[in-house]
Amino acid sequence: MSDAQASACAFSSGGVLMNLTLFLQHLANGVALGFVFGLVAIGYTLVYGVVKLVNFAHGDIFMMAAFFVYYGIVLFSFPWFLSFLFAIFLTALLGISIEKVAYKPLRNAPRISSLCSAIGMSFLLENFAIVVFGGRQKPFYQPAVLNKTLNVWGVRIQLVTIITIVVSIGALFFLSYLVYKTKMGLAMRALAYDFDTARLMGINVDRTITFTFAVGSSLAAISAIFWALRYPQIWPFMGVFPGWRAFTAAIIGGIGSIKGAMVGGFLIGMISILLVAFLPDLAGYRDAFIFIMLVFVLLFKPTGLFGET
Amino acid sequence: MKWVMSLLLFATLVIAAEPIVIGVFEPMTGPYAAGGQMTMEGIYLAHEQVKEVLGRPIELVLVDNKSDKVEAANAVARLIEYHKAVAIIGSYGSAVAIPGSEVANKLGVPMVGCSPTNPLVTLGKPYVFRVCFIDPFQGTVMAQFAVEKLGAKTAVVIQDIASDYSVGLSHYFQEAFKKLTNNKKSVLGVISYQTGDQDFTAQLTFANSKNPDVIFIPAAAYGEAALIIKQARELGMKQIFLGGDTWEAPEFLEVGGKAVEGSYFSTHFDTEATTTPRAAEFIKAFRAKYGKDPSAFAALGYDAYMLVVDAIKRAGSADPKAIRDALAATKNFEGATGYITLDQNGDAIKDAVIRVVKDGKFVYVTTVRPSE
Repeated sequence: MSDAQASACAFSSGGVLMNLTLFLQHLANGVALGFVFGLVAIGYTLVYGVVKLVNFAHGDIFMMAAFFVYYGIVLFSFPWFLSFLFAIFLTALLGISIEKVAYKPLRNAPRISSLCSAIGMSFLLENFAIVVFGGRQKPFYQPAVLNKTLNVWGVRIQLVTIITIVVSIGALFFLSYLVYKTKMGLAMRALAYDFDTARLMGINVDRTITFTFAVGSSLAAISAIFWALRYPQIWPFMGVFPGWRAFTAAIIGGIGSIKGAMVGGFLIGMISILLVAFLPDLAGYRDAFIFIMLVFVLLFKPTGLFGET
Repeated sequence: MKWVMSLLLFATLVIAAEPIVIGVFEPMTGPYAAGGQMTMEGIYLAHEQVKEVLGRPIELVLVDNKSDKVEAANAVARLIEYHKAVAIIGSYGSAVAIPGSEVANKLGVPMVGCSPTNPLVTLGKPYVFRVCFIDPFQGTVMAQFAVEKLGAKTAVVIQDIASDYSVGLSHYFQEAFKKLTNNKKSVLGVISYQTGDQDFTAQLTFANSKNPDVIFIPAAAYGEAALIIKQARELGMKQIFLGGDTWEAPEFLEVGGKAVEGSYFSTHFDTEATTTPRAAEFIKAFRAKYGKDPSAFAALGYDAYMLVVDAIKRAGSADPKAIRDALAATKNFEGATGYITLDQNGDAIKDAVIRVVKDGKFVYVTTVRPSE
């Protein structure tokens, strides 16, 4: 333990008073968790924004990506960075095929049908993983280069966390550029309003949707990689918890809004950490606080923080 | 004549030998998957050794409870109503064993728990038994070890609020620790997380700010325990970590890596500290079948199956009520994990083993006997 932390202990053991190092450590923990959730949430929200489909299988696509990395390294002995790329590519393909098989045939059906199809897909992927990969947890490979802890004035931050933040912000800018500055983005925005009208305007609906799913699934893969680097155990249900968190984050931020998803994820991460930090006795009720926040956001702004009406 | 009669009777029995169904509900998937799968290794081995009882074949039916409370209740109902099980074995994880035991007790089918240690699994349920010790004892064992062997004066507990096992064990540890240190304030803090959490930095930063000698982590899921300790080391924490029987899973070592070195936990069985002749046979057979040393959960699964078969034999019938009565009368049953005598609650009174993680392996430290 560093001197700074030792003094932190001496200060805070007295009561509610918290010294600066301790507070900063909690803050750093909150930022780290918030960006991880945010990164998962933007993939969720992107698909919703364009196709108006809540892709409940997103968490499970996320899980599959982690296993692709695992098998890339274990089975094919790829170096880790190659394995990451391999996983992102495979996950994009998986996302595209899921869309073709489970969502495309239902495009003209009532929205509830594709929602059910998404839930079905989620169960299918989980059970596929149980049968093929087995139900037990597997350790995720952590490259030594990335597995480092930085000590900044007594506040300890994982190197992976810093990279996660950089990648999240990078993804945010990339997506904003993609959606607002490119031709494909224009097509995506047109689809978000109305499929038929978009088609009449000469937009290739199928291709645009395929592209959206490819990007959304790649984001799931990227978030899965950073999740697993931080929490290195992978198993068939690993996508459920981040999936629900990301879904909540996307709703708080206004589902469909990329910026909103990031902010929503950030808020959830912060609440998760700061509640435990300041009200340790209420730590067990953390989820209640997250959902109370969701209720309040929806009460005052039914479309979410950044949602459009 | 009598001889012919009995031969005839035997013949009809063989012809009409309908299998006796023993139902098993264990977590094959989810956060407790390793626990359930290790238990099944022992149960399969036992089934291989004893395939029939009362001249009828034993059919083993496994239903995955998915580490989920609702699924566990459904699994037991399915085993009894659809598969017509006359006895139930299971489950790893008190959180899932408790809803399962409610159903078994209500439907009047005896259940034998392998490793669920929370007192509520059997309490007030005449049809529910177990072959392991319970948490008031396990909590005391770890508190005693911390105070007497490690010289700990203060502790912080990090518990899983969504798990009956974790909350119970945390409670008994605190009680014993305060008593043994003669200091009502020796537990500096208790902080909660929930099953499924992967980020424990907030809880750990809180724990570290209290600067305790030891940190007790009665995690219900081994993987989460490993992540807690790993993240603690990343936060620069140097305390000794203590835990309960759930830690004994290869995943704990794989996920935890170097971080979990030097952590202590209590468990039910160790190949180096066996107390019955049957243990040696079990270890030999287990090594021959699986090519590795048996875990405590495998040993308990083995014992639970053998005890059920023994009870059916003693009852002389496959009637659930008769099996229950025979189970309740169990005295000095020789199992792999020790001699099992069931008390009025249906709980076994047994030794606890303490192990430490050393060079990426679980190593035997000591055995603690119940004080009575």
